[in-house]
Amino acid sequence: MQSTTYSLDSIRSDFPVLERKVRDNKPLVYLDNAATTQKPIQVIDAITDYYKNHNSNIHRAVHALAEESTEAFEATRGKVAKFLNVADTREIIFVKGTTEAINLVAYAWGRDNVQKGDIVVTTEYEHHSNIVPWQLLTQETGAELKYIDIDENGELMLEQLDEYLATGKVKLVAVSHVSNVLGTITDVKEIIKKCKNADAKILIDGAQAVPHMKVDIGNLGCDFYAFSAHKMLGPTGVGVLWARKEILEKMRPFLGGGDMIREVHKYETTWNDLPYKFEAGTPNVADVICFTAAIDYLTKIGMDNVRNHEIELTKYALEKMSKVKGIVIYGPKDPEKQGGVISFNFKDVHPHDVATIVDKNGVAIRSGHHCAQVLMEKLEVPATNRASFYIYNTKQEVDVLIDSLDQVAKVFKL
Amino acid sequence: MSADPIYTEMIIEYSRNPSNFGKIENPHIHRHDSNPLCGDSIDLYVNVDGNKITEVKFDGKGCAICMACTSVLTEMIKGKNLEEVKNFKKDDLLSELGLEHLIKTSPVRIKCALLSLKALKYGIYSYFVDKMNDTEAAGNLKEEAASLY
Ligand SMILES: Cc1ncc(COP(=O)(O)O)c(C=O)c1O
Ligand SMILES: [Zn+2]
Repeated sequence: MQSTTYSLDSIRSDFPVLERKVRDNKPLVYLDNAATTQKPIQVIDAITDYYKNHNSNIHRAVHALAEESTEAFEATRGKVAKFLNVADTREIIFVKGTTEAINLVAYAWGRDNVQKGDIVVTTEYEHHSNIVPWQLLTQETGAELKYIDIDENGELMLEQLDEYLATGKVKLVAVSHVSNVLGTITDVKEIIKKCKNADAKILIDGAQAVPHMKVDIGNLGCDFYAFSAHKMLGPTGVGVLWARKEILEKMRPFLGGGDMIREVHKYETTWNDLPYKFEAGTPNVADVICFTAAIDYLTKIGMDNVRNHEIELTKYALEKMSKVKGIVIYGPKDPEKQGGVISFNFKDVHPHDVATIVDKNGVAIRSGHHCAQVLMEKLEVPATNRASFYIYNTKQEVDVLIDSLDQVAKVFKL
Repeated sequence: MSADPIYTEMIIEYSRNPSNFGKIENPHIHRHDSNPLCGDSIDLYVNVDGNKITEVKFDGKGCAICMACTSVLTEMIKGKNLEEVKNFKKDDLLSELGLEHLIKTSPVRIKCALLSLKALKYGIYSYFVDKMNDTEAAGNLKEEAASLY
């Protein structure tokens, strides 16, 4: 059962950094959650506890500490599987982040399954990590890379996908579940249906989805799914690639080394079972284990409550922001159709000037291309400002942002 | 609202109406430079007569700090001798706009303020070295440019 009350005060008290003052004693207003989220004391304590009491390598020794660590590491795998409604834990592969997960697929699956003349499809609102690996793959293999464009509301023009699929040449569609710049929530169900009919594989970049809404991989029907722990209260350096077992079994390994082998002889090697075949070398043991504390924290709040809180904040922020002089807001501008992410610009004011003025009031927003230069080109801007919310943000903090934006308008005489 | 230590009237004004904005065809000195973080991107053009700077222009896109500092730099060097300009220091430029504090307060935005000076120093360096074959006159301009930020 999910709790129906959302106790913002008690959530905030779990995040030590939120007590910080910055820039002449202003309370920190952290609105850069799409880049990375802050960590609750439960996660911070888990890291200390691990190094103080349990630290050891895993899967190798039989001593007590090694057994404890191995067990805790595998317990996190179980937690992740349950969180995403994945039945088989062998489909959960630990990597260092979304970027590595996508590169793993591009390398280990792509190089054996994509050939000259084939098509790989991505979209205009992808993060560079879901574009560059496909450029490398298609350039190397002679395949073609195609983009699904966005419309003026920042939503994908799915009829273009139909055209690509109709050629019968599409091997893979790689799309983000939620855009990290516009916040747009992709209609992944529809895309998956289309891909299934055309026998194309589908990879979903869930870096901005898993932290913010319930994601049911067990029932989604995609082939690959990637996300990062650090964007959902967890430590940096941990990510997950989920993929169907049938696909993983046929794939060749990504990295070679310890742990991923069964037997190594001078000239040949047999691979370890899933998921270890894809986890070469000593993994990020400590941070994977501590990721458990982050998942527990989110589970306790309930992902539907997380989503509802963000909808409420986004609605409030969109209403107020639209009244700021000289502002241009990108994306759906509809809290139901977007995650807790709002990108905006001021007419004739460079985003870094905006971020600097806002920062003086203790407000942390991001300004830049957000690793989405293809999208920046589409929007015909060098950069945007982005405010992104999470479980601990409040309407009062949105008010501080709005006041700061009014200051920008005033300073620049808009 | 207290006066902003960065976004003064003067900076806003310069960013809106930059001085010496434009391009010189076939200039004696041309240097392009950019800041990957901010996306500031400028081209600086200089013509000289002997050692005297006769014409300066710049174009490109950037934040208010970058546009204002580049404007002021072009104003400061016009009509000056290359020898004089070679010895320009960070503070010579920053103090014109009251931005000396950026050195301490914003390691990020200082790059916006000094991009044009960096371009100028590199530009003069390659003018001496490549066009005049005079490495001695170039001195350690290149090292200076590289160590601005
Ligand atoms: C949509 C999206 N994909 C991928 C990434 C890359 O994640 P990481 O840097 O954790 O690998 C990000 C992070 O900014 C993102 O927002
Ligand atoms: Zn700048």
